[in-house]
Amino acid sequence: MKDFVTLFTAMDQTTKTTVKTAALTAYFQTASDTDKLWCIALFSGRRPKRSVTTTLLREWAAEVAGIPLWLFEECYPIVGDLAETIALVLPPAKSHEDQTLTHWIDVTKSLRSMEEGEKKETVLAVWDRLSTTERFLFNKLITGGFRVGVSTKLMTRALARATDQDEAALTHKLMGQWTPETTSFEALILTDDPMADLSRPYPFYLAYQMENLDELGAITHWNIEYKWDGIRGQMILREGQFHLWSRGEDLMTDRFPELHRLADFMPQGTVIDGEVLAWKDDAPLPFNALQKRLGRKTVPKKLLAEAPVILHAYDLLELDGIDIREKDLKFRREALETIVASCPADAPIKLSENLAPASWDHAASLRDVSRENHAEGLMLKRLDSPYLAGRKKGDWWKWKVDPLTIDAVMIYAQAGHGRRANLFTDYTFAVWNGNDLVPFTKAYSGLTDAEFRKITAWVKKNTIQRFGPVRQVSPEHVFEIAFEGIQESPRHKSGVALRFPRMSRWRHDKPLQEANTLDDLKQMLAQYG
Amino acid sequence: MADVLTFTDRGIYCPAGDFYIDPWRPVERALITHGHADHARWGHQRYLATKAAAPVMRHRLGDITLDTIDYGDTMQIGGAKVSYHPAGHVPGSAQIRVEVKGQIWVASGDYKTTDDGFSEPFEPVRCHAFITESTFGLPVFKWTPQDAVADQINTWWAANAADGRASVLGAYALGKAQRLLTAIDQTIGPILTHGAVENTNEVLRAQGLELPQTIRVNADLNPKDHPGALIVCPPSGFGGWSKRFGPQSTAFASGWMAMRGVRRRRAADRGFVLSDHADWQGLNDAIRATGAERVFVTHGYTSQFTRWLRDQGYDAHVVSTEYEGETLDAASEDGAAQ
Ligand SMILES: [Zn+2]
Ligand SMILES: [Zn+2]
Repeated sequence: MKDFVTLFTAMDQTTKTTVKTAALTAYFQTASDTDKLWCIALFSGRRPKRSVTTTLLREWAAEVAGIPLWLFEECYPIVGDLAETIALVLPPAKSHEDQTLTHWIDVTKSLRSMEEGEKKETVLAVWDRLSTTERFLFNKLITGGFRVGVSTKLMTRALARATDQDEAALTHKLMGQWTPETTSFEALILTDDPMADLSRPYPFYLAYQMENLDELGAITHWNIEYKWDGIRGQMILREGQFHLWSRGEDLMTDRFPELHRLADFMPQGTVIDGEVLAWKDDAPLPFNALQKRLGRKTVPKKLLAEAPVILHAYDLLELDGIDIREKDLKFRREALETIVASCPADAPIKLSENLAPASWDHAASLRDVSRENHAEGLMLKRLDSPYLAGRKKGDWWKWKVDPLTIDAVMIYAQAGHGRRANLFTDYTFAVWNGNDLVPFTKAYSGLTDAEFRKITAWVKKNTIQRFGPVRQVSPEHVFEIAFEGIQESPRHKSGVALRFPRMSRWRHDKPLQEANTLDDLKQMLAQYG
Repeated sequence: MADVLTFTDRGIYCPAGDFYIDPWRPVERALITHGHADHARWGHQRYLATKAAAPVMRHRLGDITLDTIDYGDTMQIGGAKVSYHPAGHVPGSAQIRVEVKGQIWVASGDYKTTDDGFSEPFEPVRCHAFITESTFGLPVFKWTPQDAVADQINTWWAANAADGRASVLGAYALGKAQRLLTAIDQTIGPILTHGAVENTNEVLRAQGLELPQTIRVNADLNPKDHPGALIVCPPSGFGGWSKRFGPQSTAFASGWMAMRGVRRRRAADRGFVLSDHADWQGLNDAIRATGAERVFVTHGYTSQFTRWLRDQGYDAHVVSTEYEGETLDAASEDGAAQ
């Protein structure tokens, strides 16, 4: 595994994309085909399943390290990573064995069918033959948690370089439901097979946050629609097979059975980019409803009736089996309209309407009321733009509505994980209810490292009480909390739950008493919940 | 019998001798373990430190009333017998042994048990009660030998020099910087130093410590005249100050670099695991070697380390102090040499 460790270390040691790409390219030029295939699988989220429970691993590691389990458990949140904690507490290896990446993955897989005693013997023997970094990687493999700071995109670029292929074509090859067990490097990467995988989606085109409205030119060149607050999805109908992919490359077909009907109304060779929305009586339901659906792989009838979904169609990527992503948006939208129009009125699909505002001022006023329409803002798409892969600047912009904000008092602090393990970064916030402070949300992002360091120093000197890792601090600092939505939540003391809360400002200027109240939150709930 | 040392909101106090050890509020008589800013503070009426620690303290604190003592010598202060013993942390650092009516307590300040080839090596002192730090008091901290770390730094420096990049190494101005300077291979290229580091170098050279030749970076210095250089600066020098050296690789040397998460957050290209504090094994070995039954745990992973010591049968207690251990900001330690 030496070459893989070298690759991992090189990528872990740098923040520079060019260095990462070069290291990966070098690996792809020299490693064996099976190792390469596993490397691609690992870096594109196709990890082998967990083969040992983390409970057992913790017990074994503590035992080998000669420390009580409670001490191991204390180390874990500080290191922030189980695989690393284990790698660090173990005593130095007695010998060293260099095997291929594929060999270690095979060991990982073989663990699955072993009895507990045999598992333990195998894992302990492996630990005793690996360096700290190798142990870390091996632990990542057996816990099924292998994640490295490399995007699939960067990996694809390096692979394209090493194999001298077009990056976009390769991106397409790498999508879909393959694993190193079901294919080979030769078949997946080097062979062109148009029939390869009928379920294979196209890479999603992602928009950038709007930067400068003045640079967009005439509004007539733009398709402007709501940015719906649902789940982005890609519907694929090819040769009678229906698939629905999420942006995270998850297959969601079974989660939304009511959409399968669409296969009856559309021509074969149709691929639609859209948004799955909970929708009832011709209106969207709150995000809450969709969230209930997301938690389940199979859907009970009652829920299906309570929170049915439809596909809000944005774009057409494949028409009659032909990839039309190079055509302009105007062409694609017209073709999409024809397809949607040919479906019966009660079919679970709806065209995402082009709002066609008359001016940018008009557009701005539409954006201002998007929250009332259960949207997060507007999407601006240039009518002459092709459908690109990934996040590209210029043709597509998201123009989000301003977040909701509330001024709240910090009352608890907790150390962060991983890269923030030595800083207090996770806070609990409260609002006033009479003379009491009622906690209503946690937040752990939005501040700069310098601010986090400042607060950390303050927390250390202003701790009132400790509850395990949590510190109660004197109520003194007021922060502006920004969030995207608010909903009722009986599980919370405050009765509300926020969507995507984060700290948008440290209100040094605000006296404690001027923080918002629970009534303010309830008013927001009534208006936007 | 009364305790030899007590813990007050001004610092560690000896009633029999009426003095404080490393106090953080102004007192009449302060016994100082070493010159780092969180241990040697400004504003006391009288100081006592080792001869080797004195120059840095004068440099930092200016015109103070400072008595000095040799390692191993005994001094009677009131009803207490006091002596200083090497702590291996930085040059001049000491553990302070206090004996009252046959009861022996040792306040160890900051210490490390491995020999860095530069500071006076740590010497265990037998005692009844031992006050220990716990900066790295968790079993995840295990230091690799200094030679191996020096090899890593040399390899990194040589590779940068070959690729035409400057090597910018962040380390505390007092202790870590000089330890690195003596450990690395000086033949790889020229060594440049940030003013904060060079000021401390000058103080230490003047007291007879041997350091390799270094070039102070000032406004007149043209980085182009020193290709393939290693630049040693406080961690705050990354980015802004170090821009003048053009294409560069940055690295940070600290015990915290043992954790991948911290390494990545520092946004330096490399992290070398090197600390002037004891690792898990070092702390445990040091405590065992004192033969003490009572242990007081100051700055660091106090609650975890104390519980561990209790599990091992020690009468251990957490003591809250205002010492800081090895901070990643190093704001206080940068101040040490200015
Ligand atoms: Zn120190
Ligand atoms: Zn200290």
